[in-house]
Amino acid sequence: MFGWMGKLLRVNLTDGTARFEAIDPQSLRDYIGARGLGTKIFCDEVDPQIDPLDPGNKVIFMAGPLTGTLATSGGRYNVVTKGLLNGTIAASNSGGNFGPELKYAGIDGVIIEGKADHPVYLWIYNDQVEIRDANELWGKDVIETTDLIKAATNDEAKVACIGPAGENLVKFACIMNDYNRAAGRSGVGSVLGSKNLKAIAVRGSGGIKVASAEGFMDAVTDARNKLAAHPVTSQGLAAYGTNILVNILNEHGGLPVKNFSEAPVFTGAERISGEYQAEKYLVRNKGCFGCSIGCGRVTKISKGKFKGLGEGPEYEATWAFGADLGIDNFEAVSKANFICNQLGMDPITLGSTLACAVEMYQKNIIPAGDVEGPLRWNDPDMLVEMVAKTAYRQGFGNQLAEGSYRLAEKYGHPEFSMSVKKQELPAYDPRGQQGIGLNYATSNRGGCHVRGYMTSPEILNIPVASDPAVTEGKAALLKLFQDLTALVDSSGICLFTTFAIGLPEIAAQVREATGVNMSDEEFLLAGERIWNLEKLFNLAAGFTSKDDRLPSRLLEEPIKDGPQKGRVNQLDKMLPEYYQLRGWDESGVPGPAKKEELGLS
Amino acid sequence: MEKNLIVQPEKCTGCRTCEMVCSFVHTGEFNPLRSRITVFSFEKVGLAAPMVCQQCSVAACMEVCPVGAIYRDEVTGAMMVSHDKCLKCKMCTIACPFGASTYDPIQDIIMKCDLCGGKPRCIEYCPSGAITYQDPMQANIAKRKSYAEKLKTVYEEVI
Repeated sequence: MFGWMGKLLRVNLTDGTARFEAIDPQSLRDYIGARGLGTKIFCDEVDPQIDPLDPGNKVIFMAGPLTGTLATSGGRYNVVTKGLLNGTIAASNSGGNFGPELKYAGIDGVIIEGKADHPVYLWIYNDQVEIRDANELWGKDVIETTDLIKAATNDEAKVACIGPAGENLVKFACIMNDYNRAAGRSGVGSVLGSKNLKAIAVRGSGGIKVASAEGFMDAVTDARNKLAAHPVTSQGLAAYGTNILVNILNEHGGLPVKNFSEAPVFTGAERISGEYQAEKYLVRNKGCFGCSIGCGRVTKISKGKFKGLGEGPEYEATWAFGADLGIDNFEAVSKANFICNQLGMDPITLGSTLACAVEMYQKNIIPAGDVEGPLRWNDPDMLVEMVAKTAYRQGFGNQLAEGSYRLAEKYGHPEFSMSVKKQELPAYDPRGQQGIGLNYATSNRGGCHVRGYMTSPEILNIPVASDPAVTEGKAALLKLFQDLTALVDSSGICLFTTFAIGLPEIAAQVREATGVNMSDEEFLLAGERIWNLEKLFNLAAGFTSKDDRLPSRLLEEPIKDGPQKGRVNQLDKMLPEYYQLRGWDESGVPGPAKKEELGLS
Repeated sequence: MEKNLIVQPEKCTGCRTCEMVCSFVHTGEFNPLRSRITVFSFEKVGLAAPMVCQQCSVAACMEVCPVGAIYRDEVTGAMMVSHDKCLKCKMCTIACPFGASTYDPIQDIIMKCDLCGGKPRCIEYCPSGAITYQDPMQANIAKRKSYAEKLKTVYEEVI
């Protein structure tokens, strides 16, 4: 087989068995790999109404056909499960070197079933599989765990693991791989924790073959040349990382401040910007496997109470720990991010949950007796202290560990949770960007920016300029972005390549790698099929069109100041058109014709 | 003018693109363990270093070979393996202090960097300029200059 390995490892933790099995070739063509293939297998095997913590929930690690090859930024894998944070179909995407190593070991992915009766980890060395005791690893952080497992297995093993947050069932715990990369959102780490699976370590010595050596090299070289020529992928992200967006969004007037309660123009933006990071703290750029962009940051805080060295913070984390909490101390933001990596937590949801708590405390909704100390804006010490307390569920951290929706609901004010489908929104105010609001409302995993990144056309004018203030045309553009992103995520390459390349370059790489002679349009249709399958899962899990909503603040409270002053998100002008363009009924349910077209009947 | 493959770890992002190119052009598959160049990342200090044959002037691999199967290419200067002569005794893989020669059981050959016959493919794809192919006498001028520039900065501050 070309591109794909055609083989999966199925591990049942309840009875301690592991076996290899072939993958149905039709599923490979229809769902490509990674996010798509993982979702297809998950939906075939798991009841959508299952409790995420039930042993019957499964966790599927899956690489794509381009993962582990020379393809543009081809180092990605996905973790598919029913997410703990909100019960949607979760597919958390990560880079680093773990995904490629799965393929060198001869498999496209691993299906984890059941629940071990004590802590274990999985060791895969080519076709040798062991479920090993992990009692001594339980409680260890990501760095210690990775070091210990490498020492016990193979120094070059690639390790994906959970930290204490995943063990303690924090609703938004990550799975971390290669120390610093995260399958970050939706709480996939705690599903692993609930199964007593601390880690998967893998080492392989096999190779990946492609269908056409010459055709693949031509397609890859063409795409890599385009990445090298585009200012975002060759200069902007390399020079300043994703934090290049801080000043851009702030100048646009769309960088949310203090839980979206103030005008989205942050006075401290410059001091948490990518430019500031590069000037004062950047050690070097870091690339995931096969990546020519190298947006990763190795950041060092040399002295002071926030001293540390690690990766990031990325834009979303910088915003969540910075502007969203009114904090302009980059050293504290970095420290909080380093601890998140170490303990295995999603910084977007953590920062946003803390911001929700601060707002409710300031409004006297959270009484002083419920917290260990006052919750204030612009309090770097409080931020850094609360990160570890959340991972270990200590004191008020135990409440933060539930995420903003459950926290706000408990105090009778769910409207202060800036989330969609209980997953916290990222760093773009949808009142100043109509399309990103439609993306948030319709994303299959709730508040999320990487499933239909409308900031690209609305702010960066890539690949076309789309006026962020208007609603017209957003539904069609978003549908295209969502379908294309589903294809990108399923192929095993990084979404960031799409600043420079589009459907023709992506389809060409998959086609030449796999030898599957589908047209560009058929590849895009696979993306649409994946999107609709995710939607059908969520509907069967109990979500309805009522959940395709934004927090009322973003629909009703106009932006108070700045370039976007006076605007709200006009979701109701876009959503019916979006449903219609998708071939869904007015309740957002895929119709018989659409299901027939996509082979989902 | 003979050129050398020069690695500059301070520029390396650890992306391993070189491993992909190398294994593919030499073996027809993407397999880091069949690449003649390997990147090692030291996550806790933020360093990545590509390791590859240095084409030594006094080459341990050649010295140790019992049948004279290792020779220097007259044009590129690369230490080459004559696979017909080679016994596959693997003494060269033991002798090389850098681990740059390795045995490939799939092809039953000793694999090491051959400079792709004078056009190293890894440098074509290296995104950060961490691997270059250049005149060895020019190799460290840029590095010397970067330190000189620190002096320049200090000088500018005091005048």
